[in-house]
Amino acid sequence: MPDCILQAHHLKKTYTQRTGALGLAGHQIHALDDVSLQLKRGTTLAIVGESGSGKSTLARGILRLLPLDSGEVIFDGKNFLALDKSALRSARRDIQMIFQDPFASLNPRMRVGDIIGEGLVIHSIGDARQRQNMVIQILEKVGLHADDTQKYPHQFSGGQRQRIGIARALILQPKLVICDEPVSALDVSVQAQILLLLKQLQQEMGLSYLFITHDLRVVRHIADEVLVMQKGKVIEQGSVESIYNAPQQNYTRQLLNAIPGQARRAATA
Amino acid sequence: MNALLRIEGLNITPARSPERKLVNNVSLSLARGKTTCIVGESGSGKSLTALSVMQLLSPQLHMQGKVFFQGQDISQLNESAMQHLRGRQMGMIFQEPMTSLNPVLTIGFQIGEPLQTHLGLKGSALKQKVADLLQQVGIDPGRANSYPDELSGGQRQRVMIAMSIACEPALLIADEPTTALDVTVQAQILRLLDELKNRMQMAMLFITHDFGVVADIADEVIVMFRGEIVETGSVSQVLQSPQHPYTKALLACVPDAEGKKVLQPMNYGWLIPA
Repeated sequence: MPDCILQAHHLKKTYTQRTGALGLAGHQIHALDDVSLQLKRGTTLAIVGESGSGKSTLARGILRLLPLDSGEVIFDGKNFLALDKSALRSARRDIQMIFQDPFASLNPRMRVGDIIGEGLVIHSIGDARQRQNMVIQILEKVGLHADDTQKYPHQFSGGQRQRIGIARALILQPKLVICDEPVSALDVSVQAQILLLLKQLQQEMGLSYLFITHDLRVVRHIADEVLVMQKGKVIEQGSVESIYNAPQQNYTRQLLNAIPGQARRAATA
Repeated sequence: MNALLRIEGLNITPARSPERKLVNNVSLSLARGKTTCIVGESGSGKSLTALSVMQLLSPQLHMQGKVFFQGQDISQLNESAMQHLRGRQMGMIFQEPMTSLNPVLTIGFQIGEPLQTHLGLKGSALKQKVADLLQQVGIDPGRANSYPDELSGGQRQRVMIAMSIACEPALLIADEPTTALDVTVQAQILRLLDELKNRMQMAMLFITHDFGVVADIADEVIVMFRGEIVETGSVSQVLQSPQHPYTKALLACVPDAEGKKVLQPMNYGWLIPA
C-alpha cells in the first residue's frame, strides 16, 4: 500500500434537474458516479475532463464544500467525511485550494497582507508580529515583495494575483492543495511561470496536488498521475506516461487527438 | 500583389491620451484562400487591429492609418457604407457565442438576417438558404427554430459561423473563436473553419493566443507584442525558426503534449538595451 495523502472511494453526487410543466417532472444527473481516486504523498494527480465532466464537483465534494450523496474520503489517515464541525475546521488547515480566476477569488476591499494572513487569524496561529513575518516570508517565496502587503488586489496583474492566491493557500503549510484550473485564465507566458512556481513549491514544501484542468498539455508538464473523467465517471487512470503513450479508452484517445498543434503534423506524417 | 486586405501604418490610441499607443504602426496584408493568425498575449493589440478593419472600435479610441479592402481605402468610409461591407463582404466571429447571439430570437431568424438585409432573400428561398447553411456547419436544419439557450457551446459557435458566412464574405475575421470551447469541440470548429475557407476561398484573419491552434490552422503568422508587430512569416518559419527574441521566449513557455520540452519562464531580458 503506497503512502496516500488522499483516498476517495465510490463518491456519488446526483442532482435532480426539474423539467416539464411547473418543474414537476425531473430527471437525475449523475455529477459524480462512483468516483474513486488515490493521491500519493508529495505527488500530483491531474483530473482531466471537459466541461460538465464533474471535475470541479469532485474537488468541492472532497473538501466538503458540497455535500456528497455517498462515498468515503480518507485524508491523511482520517475519515474526512465523518469529522464534526470543529474537527473539520482544523483539518481544513491541511487542505487548501487555488482557484481559476484570480480576479474573482480575492476580496477587492482587503489588503493583500490581510487576505494572505486571514488563515493564520482563523486558526489562531502566532501573534500579530509573527503573522506579519509569516505573510512576508510566503510573499517572497511566491515571488512578490514585502511592501506588497499594503496593496489591494486591483494593483496587480493576473499572474501576480494568482501568486497571491498561491501564497494564501500555502501560508498554513497545508499537506494537500487542490488547484482548480489555476493557469487557465492566464497568458501562456504567465502560465509557464506559475506552473514552474507550483512545481518548485511542491518540492520545497512537500506538497501534494490535486490538479484540475482541461488542458492536456499542462497535465503533461505538472502531473505524475492522471485521471480522466467524462460525465461524472472515471474513464481511465494511470501514470502520465501510460495515459499519453498508451491510452486504453477511446475517449482518452479523442482528448489526446484534440490537443491543438497536431493536425498538421498528422496530415504530413 | 493581389492582397484582399491591406493595412498600412495603423495606429490606435485612446482619444484622451494620444501618446499611449495601443497599436503602433501596424501594417499587414491578407490574400484570398489563406489564413493569417495574429498571435499575442492579452493587451498586445491583436483584437484592436481586427476591430479596426471593420471600424468597430470604441469611440473612445482614435485610429489612424489606411485600410485597403479589395483595392479601396475603407478607413474613411461612413457608417452606412461600412454596413454594406460588414456581414456582406466581411464576416466576423467572436469568442463568446452566447453573448453574441440574441437570446430571444431563433437561430434560423438570426442566420437569415444578413441574407434578408444584404441579398434581399425572402420566403422559401430564405428558408432554403438557412437550411443549407445549417447543414454546412453541421447542425440539423430542423433546429432552425431553436433558441440559442437550447444549444451547446459548440453548436452556438457553429451558428455564429453560419451567420458570418451567410453572404459568402471575402474576408472572415475570427477573434479567439475556440477559446471558450472544450478541446474536442475546438478541434471540430477549427476543421470546419479550415474547410469553409478552402471551399469559399476566403481570406481568414484568425486571432488567438494559442500556438497549438496556430500550428493547426495558420498559413501565415503575425506575432504582436505591446501594440507592435515583432515578427511575420509563414507558419513553419515562425514556429520552427523564430527570429525575434520575443517569439523565441513565448514559444519556450508553451507546454507541449509530448512533455519533452523543459518549460522556460518568460524572458524579457531582450527588452533591456545592451
